Amino acid sequence: MDNDETRLTAQLALAQELVEHLQNGDEEGARLVIQQLRFPYERELFEELGKLTRELHEALQSFRGDSRLVEITQDEIPDAKERLSYVVTMTEQATHRTLNAVDEGLPIAERVHDSAVRLSERWGRFRRRELSLDEFREFARELDAFFSATGQETERLRSLMSEVMMAQDFQDLTGQIIGRVIRLVQDVEENLVGLIRLSSGRMEGAVAKPVEPTVEKAEEPARGGVGPAVPNTSDDLGDVVSGQDDVDALLSSLGF
Amino acid sequence: MKILVVDDFSTMRRIIKNLLRELGFNNTMEADDGSTALPMLKSGGFDFLITDWNMPNMEGIELLRQVRADPELKELPVLMVTAEAKREQIVEAAQAGVNGYIVKPFTAETLKEKIDKIFERVAG
Repeated sequence: MDNDETRLTAQLALAQELVEHLQNGDEEGARLVIQQLRFPYERELFEELGKLTRELHEALQSFRGDSRLVEITQDEIPDAKERLSYVVTMTEQATHRTLNAVDEGLPIAERVHDSAVRLSERWGRFRRRELSLDEFREFARELDAFFSATGQETERLRSLMSEVMMAQDFQDLTGQIIGRVIRLVQDVEENLVGLIRLSSGRMEGAVAKPVEPTVEKAEEPARGGVGPAVPNTSDDLGDVVSGQDDVDALLSSLGF
Repeated sequence: MKILVVDDFSTMRRIIKNLLRELGFNNTMEADDGSTALPMLKSGGFDFLITDWNMPNMEGIELLRQVRADPELKELPVLMVTAEAKREQIVEAAQAGVNGYIVKPFTAETLKEKIDKIFERVAG
């Protein structure tokens, strides 16, 4: 308050001085007084400019320092692309595996069906006593062949159906891989929102909130499971088994 | 023989249930993660647990630990069927007391072989 009053008194004195200089036609004197009058305001301007510069610097630093975004763009986005390509490959393989089984199974079902229709027509004639002895012998031979073929072919059908069922395991495996990519997308979203909040906060001159720490979010330390290992991604860095034989060997080395 | 199948993917639960039926196990129940499986197990009557690892809420490895920590359940045979393929994870499961470990994708033969092996050991 005292400071303000002193400042005001000083400025009033300067203003009176300025009026005097002007009345006396002393331009040089007036100019010097104007400079003195302007001085406190200039200092304020410089201070404000300095603050802005500092804030800009901090904003750039925190942007650069947010290594999570750097990590995401450098490693995880390319990784995610590789994971999604792998999903496409897996679903393609599963579909082919299913269609192959269907391609093999349909003709078998048709064959069994045709034979059954043909034989049942003959069976009807036999019941109506329309078959000669020779025809009956032929019919009996065909029935024998039908029973033994049907046993084999339905067994083959059963195994093809089983193949179709096992091919559906892709939904679990690709689902886990896609789930991981979704978590990355959420992570990117959160980081971008943080970045937008940071920059808009500065622009409005509000006290800028630091970017919320999102580090380690994608890692999910609480989550030990990560889903299937995908080739050509960071999964290659881990020590991953190549299949069940590898698992069995490892477990037996542990005394299993 | 009553078996609990735990996996967050209903498709995988169906596959495992179908395979179990082919092997002659008809009495199976399902749970979609560890936190729903544990109360079912605690309510009793299960002879065998087949569980995935990577699941929301409670993962399979945690379920295994809780089972081993429970005096009523600690002898329950547990088979892990999972896509988790890191050596350290398999070691972790072994140390937590798993009875068998199958990596996805797996075959019907593998499932049969591991189940047979587990019951041979339990019986012997």
